[in-house]
Amino acid sequence: METITSIKPLLAVLASLLVVPILVTSTRMPNVREAWTFVAATVKFLIVLSMLPTVLKGTEIVYTVAEVIPGLAIKFRVDAFGMLFALVSSSLWIITSAYSIGYMRGLKEHSQTRYFCYFAICLSATVGVAFSANLLTLYLFYEMLSLATYPLVTHHQDPEARKSGRKYLLYILGTSIAFVLPAMLISYNLAGTLEFAKQGFLAGTASKPLILFLLILLVFGFAKVAIMPFHSWLPAAMVAPTPVSALLHAVAVVKVGAFSILRMITGVFGTDLLLDLHLGTLVCYAAAFTVIVASLIALTQDELKRRLAFSTIGQLSYIILGIALLSPKGMIGGMTHIAMHAFGKITLFFCAGAIAVATGKKYVSQMVGIGKRMPVTMIAFFIGSLSVIGLPPTGGFFSKWYLVLGTLQADQMPMLLVLLGSSLLNAAYFLPIVYKAFFCTPEESMFENKVEEAPIWCVAPLVVTAVCSIVLFFYPTVFLNLATLAIGK
Amino acid sequence: MSDLMQMLVAKYNYWIYITLMMIGLYAMIAKNNLVKKIVGMSIFQTAIILFYVSTGAKKGATIPIIEHGHGAETHVVHAVDYINPLPHVLMLTAIVVAVATLGVALALAIRVYNRYNTLEEDEILAQIREK
Amino acid sequence: MSQQYPALLVVVPLLSALVICGAGWVNKRLCFPIAVAALGVAAYSCIGLLLRVLDEGVIVYKLGGWDPPMGIAYYVDHLNGLVLVVVSVVALLNLIASKKSIDQEFPDKIGPFYTLYVLMVTGLLGIVVTGDAFNLYVLLEIAALTGYGLLAMGEDRAPLAALNYLYMGTIGACFYLLGVGYLYIVTGSLNMVDIARILPPLYQSKAVLGAFIICMVGVWLKMAFFPLHAWLPNAYTYAPSAASSLIAPLVTKVMIYVMIRLMLTVFTPEFAFTTLAVSDSIVWLAVIAIVMGAILALTERNLKKMLTYIVVAEVGYMVGGAWLGNRAGMTGAILHIVNDALMTLCVFLVAGNIVYKLKGYAFDDLKGLYRKMPFTMTAFTVGVLSMIGVPPTCGFFSKWYLILGAIRAEHWVFMGALLFSSLVNAVLFFRIIEIAFFEPFTDHHAHGHDHQPEPIDEAPLSMVVPLWIVAAALVIVGIYTSDIVTKIIQFAIPEGIL
Repeated sequence: METITSIKPLLAVLASLLVVPILVTSTRMPNVREAWTFVAATVKFLIVLSMLPTVLKGTEIVYTVAEVIPGLAIKFRVDAFGMLFALVSSSLWIITSAYSIGYMRGLKEHSQTRYFCYFAICLSATVGVAFSANLLTLYLFYEMLSLATYPLVTHHQDPEARKSGRKYLLYILGTSIAFVLPAMLISYNLAGTLEFAKQGFLAGTASKPLILFLLILLVFGFAKVAIMPFHSWLPAAMVAPTPVSALLHAVAVVKVGAFSILRMITGVFGTDLLLDLHLGTLVCYAAAFTVIVASLIALTQDELKRRLAFSTIGQLSYIILGIALLSPKGMIGGMTHIAMHAFGKITLFFCAGAIAVATGKKYVSQMVGIGKRMPVTMIAFFIGSLSVIGLPPTGGFFSKWYLVLGTLQADQMPMLLVLLGSSLLNAAYFLPIVYKAFFCTPEESMFENKVEEAPIWCVAPLVVTAVCSIVLFFYPTVFLNLATLAIGK
Repeated sequence: MSDLMQMLVAKYNYWIYITLMMIGLYAMIAKNNLVKKIVGMSIFQTAIILFYVSTGAKKGATIPIIEHGHGAETHVVHAVDYINPLPHVLMLTAIVVAVATLGVALALAIRVYNRYNTLEEDEILAQIREK
Repeated sequence: MSQQYPALLVVVPLLSALVICGAGWVNKRLCFPIAVAALGVAAYSCIGLLLRVLDEGVIVYKLGGWDPPMGIAYYVDHLNGLVLVVVSVVALLNLIASKKSIDQEFPDKIGPFYTLYVLMVTGLLGIVVTGDAFNLYVLLEIAALTGYGLLAMGEDRAPLAALNYLYMGTIGACFYLLGVGYLYIVTGSLNMVDIARILPPLYQSKAVLGAFIICMVGVWLKMAFFPLHAWLPNAYTYAPSAASSLIAPLVTKVMIYVMIRLMLTVFTPEFAFTTLAVSDSIVWLAVIAIVMGAILALTERNLKKMLTYIVVAEVGYMVGGAWLGNRAGMTGAILHIVNDALMTLCVFLVAGNIVYKLKGYAFDDLKGLYRKMPFTMTAFTVGVLSMIGVPPTCGFFSKWYLILGAIRAEHWVFMGALLFSSLVNAVLFFRIIEIAFFEPFTDHHAHGHDHQPEPIDEAPLSMVVPLWIVAAALVIVGIYTSDIVTKIIQFAIPEGIL
């Protein structure tokens, strides 16, 4: 594997971090502040994009920031998989920033500067995780993300926010300190390195029980992926403003969890090691359980954002499932699902937020007939649903297709059933909302027959992401190529 | 039994210092009055001074000043004839420290007395709890 | 000039203390500049000394030109070179940060306060620099006596708490003196290097064993190693801010240094770890110290008192790390001396700022503090992250070595205790952050956006700037961990420890 040294990964991380002081100083000038957010987001995206051709050629970009412990550095390495994730999150930040403006101003939220600052820090941490070359760097940015999200989750500063914030930290910080930290040190003690390797750095260093122990610590330790039983922070975190739920709790934060677990399985343990020890199946079943149970719970939720949250829990476990199948097709499915689900789910959250801004409605039962008032939003909602369910013509179809192929390749029939069954459940909890929105009339005349959408800053982003979902059906090649490159087969 | 007696007699200086030390420690822990505690502390420190001094002493030896100062090179100096001066010198410093500690302790006790009008620890604690 | 650094760093503050005492009678405003100058010279000498040690190796300075073992010698190697820098820099930063709070808390005792302050730093620096076991006792008492005085200047309950500290401190120092006495009987020397040379054939002697244990108990009393910690929480809580933010970061850490010095230099690591065969039990004691410190901290509803229990827990970290008996653990313990001094300084300075503005430090006083004192609370947050052990703050890296040491020693319970205490620290501090961030609850929608009045009522600049320097140091020291370990600490640990 060819590598080149370049400072670009560091710049990509710093782009959103360095803008924070500027944001703070322009508190009194909201328009200037938002302009700076856009500048930072665009610069960040462009830096990430500029590395894409290099990565697509199969070259890795490496940059060492500082050696903090003898032989162990804070180091970036941009490979295909990290690129895939960074591309998704940095591009969606631009759209979410636009949406944030519409949402935050629409609802006259307080402390908007704080909100934009921490949002920027979160994105730095996300890209940092994506580009981490070793477990220490990943852990550093993972913790940074955990802590930077806290003020966003608790943005409303009311007792409910405090309760959710507590739960959030308990799960996220608790698991990372109690599970990941010791696992990291034990691995370091075994292997003498934490550098992610193509076939894992733990291979041949430890006995099977110890590997199993580390696997459990590292899979459940990254609780951001919300695998059961460490999932309940995610619905609780829905008290946050909707853009936060949209970008962080459908894309950045939760997928950092999924990304980390993928890195653990490929970079720390190595697929061969897990195949030899037959440990992939264990993770598969944990993920499958989460998929089914989360989907069932989603059916019962009346608050739209909570329903989306449980749907996210299920969808994240698809990613884990795909990787844990340890078959090439399954892994491609898992990796592309990070991207495809991101575009689909963020659309759905944007819609939920737009409904809240325009009508103040939060519950599914209140949304009967809403399609007549907000047709654009609800059509986008429909497209997003299709993508999450995995139906053409949306990008979600491809990732699910590969996941299904993966189960066949790995000869895991039970998992195939799980995938198909949960797709039906997905349809069952999304499509009725769309159906009722357009084809049922509300009991009271809550909505008159005039079109009244949310502000343009809210609607435009959700249209863009919905269109992206469709475009990804026709042009999925970038993400598929990156995923294929990442598994190296 | 005779062994024990022998040990007691042969090393009586150690037994005395240990006994004194324990008396001091007992006073510091068990006494209720702050000044009695300070007295206990003083006994405790003195016990250690005694220990040091006794280690330097020798039977039949004299102070460490060479008797025939002039023309000392012609005489052989027998270490046995002199007591070891170093522990004694060290204890001069330790006594100074002990006195300083005592002073600070008493000063603090006065501050406590001015504040609570008593030196009995249980009464002070009762007053603190009342607040 | 640079040859005289070891003497300067003790003599200059010592003489300045007398000058300050006199100047206090003439004009109170003279005290502060003299104190800053004195500690500045001390800090400069310490840094210069460390740089020289890095270049030349161990430096021996004979006081008055008398050869050891007859005269007193100062030995400066990598271990105490590092600790000297920490002590002098922390003392200087705290002095500058505390000026306003000293002016506010006791305007009529400024002269005595600075005198005691500088004397205490003299004592601490002397403890660290000296190579003579008895000299160490004297300096120990200088630091302790001035410490009692400083602590007793606080609020109502301070004198009683200081008096209790005095009893325990005196017992501790006396135990140490007694242990040194036994060593003297056995070896006939008081010079540490000399003792170390004579001792090895005598390791089976009961007197040597007794001396070691008595010294250790004395040192543990002084550093408040659980269960000998009872004096610490009250003494530090009711002390004036300036005193508690000097004493809390430094005294326990300097005593840890003395413990490590006894283990590594006066005795050999083989004696401490192998011959004695008590290291396992001591690590268990450390586990209890960490867990109990954490639990006792949880029961407090008062910022300063809670911090004091965290100090107790942190002592457990370092004692445990030092007694794990391997290189990683010892590295962690020494690194933690540096990091914990900075962390503790940071949070106690924050407490000082809060007391300065709010006159209180109970949890209920902290409501809305993020809005009122944003700069102080930002630094507090950094300190908190370091206490929890979040990278890249320095607290993470010393914890890294300590846990690594526990893994290499296969002491899983100690590892568990460290993780437990990290989690408890997270709970403890986020409880405070919650109060300061959320309360008093407001109806956010009613406020409209950004135009509500935000009365910022921050501590003066002279308090905030040093605090931010400390907070920045937490991150910088964290990032330079590798250099500190490979260039300094590595040479401080004898090669026998693997």
